[in-house]
Amino acid sequence: MRILKYVSLDILKNKIVIAYAVMLALFSWSAFGLEDNASKGLLTVLNIILLTVPLMSVLFATIYVYNSNEFIELLVSHPIKRSIIWRALFAGLSLSFVAAFILGAGIPILLFADFETALMMIIASSFLSVIFVAIAFLSNIITRDKAKGIGISILLWLYFALLFDGLVLFLFFQFADYPIEKFVVLLSALSPVDLCRILILLRLDVSAMFGYTGAVFKDYFGTDGGLILSFLLLSLWIIIPYMISIIKFRKRDL
Amino acid sequence: MIETINISKRFGRLQALNNISLSLNKGECIALIGPNGCGKTTLIKSILGMVLPDAGDIIFDGKNIKGDNLYRSHIGYMPQIGRYPENMSIGQIIDLIRYIRNSNEPLDSDLYEQFKISSMTDKKMRTLSGGTIQKISATLAFMFNPKVLILDEPTAGLDPIASEMLKEKIIAARESGKLILITSHLLSELEEIVNGIIFMQDGMVKLHSSTEELKKKTGQETISKSIIQLLKNEQV
Repeated sequence: MRILKYVSLDILKNKIVIAYAVMLALFSWSAFGLEDNASKGLLTVLNIILLTVPLMSVLFATIYVYNSNEFIELLVSHPIKRSIIWRALFAGLSLSFVAAFILGAGIPILLFADFETALMMIIASSFLSVIFVAIAFLSNIITRDKAKGIGISILLWLYFALLFDGLVLFLFFQFADYPIEKFVVLLSALSPVDLCRILILLRLDVSAMFGYTGAVFKDYFGTDGGLILSFLLLSLWIIIPYMISIIKFRKRDL
Repeated sequence: MIETINISKRFGRLQALNNISLSLNKGECIALIGPNGCGKTTLIKSILGMVLPDAGDIIFDGKNIKGDNLYRSHIGYMPQIGRYPENMSIGQIIDLIRYIRNSNEPLDSDLYEQFKISSMTDKKMRTLSGGTIQKISATLAFMFNPKVLILDEPTAGLDPIASEMLKEKIIAARESGKLILITSHLLSELEEIVNGIIFMQDGMVKLHSSTEELKKKTGQETISKSIIQLLKNEQV
């Protein structure tokens, strides 16, 4: 617990997380203020969130973990389990980013959107923050080289935030004549960003814009079972990268 | 007290440790010497659990250290180059380590006082000079009265006065029956401190004996001369 306190204090002192919260607040308040109805505002906020939340979480967390090498080295020669150090770093980063999101974007969303949609958005975005912190831990364990690690993180972010969408669209157009909707549903589960997007869009009732695919999505993700399954998948996106990283970290030479 | 049984470690192409078996006991104060890259630091880090050997076992007080971390509460470690979180102050570091060690025994604050650390507890680690960082490392190593002290190049970077204080502290620790392991390049520094020698080369232990025996065998008066004599003999 004491370690978690030190890590959290250190992250807050960094001020970048605070700047991130302020930036999110500025975006959200202005988006809701400029659009004439809350639904449109929410859509704008959603697009901003899906781009910035993963980017900030993954980049900051990657650099932070690399910079924590000294902290880790200081502690490992003392009677403390390695997993506790790793867990404290992970918890500190995750909590800071979730807190920054709720303080920055969460408050305006709660004020402008209807409660259920707002809740869905906050939960999905919190998941997104933690998922990308976990991905940052994975990049850290893949290579000791900081520049390489940051590179891997940026590539992963690019892939999930931009390339993956392109890939899905490409498949859509190439196989437009075939019934691949179900396949696309399956595919979207492979990207946490898309999963969050679908979850929130379905709440916004703009899924009609997607035509037939939207209807298929609604069939799969709109139900309670689909909702549970989606959050299960999102949890896996946290658990798998984090578990891989901690198993490797326990065996790492320092 | 500490026993290593056939430990080996390879870093890529470099065989850092090659089948090392050692037995170290209470009251011994051992100089761990050898050329750069001979595996001294790797051996120390293996004992501390920072590096995990590819093969072999390390036994501390009769217990295998694999998967254990509590044995480290009996070890005080002073790294060669202490690296600390830059944003933390000296006070915070000491506070954190005290919390982790969670010891109820009275603290050994001799070095803390001698090095006058209390006057700079608010200073951030990034503002400190190399020598001051070494002082912090030394203080932390001795603070919790550990049974075993592992000191990696302890006097490098310290000013002569601080270096002398540390030496006296090491001798006092030896007298009180602790096991002390020191690496150093300056053999003359260790002359009046150590009572045993381990000489390593290419990841192997070439020599492990008490200083008395070594001097008798080579017929020299000082450790450094004995070692040089030994190396010469080997080359011939």
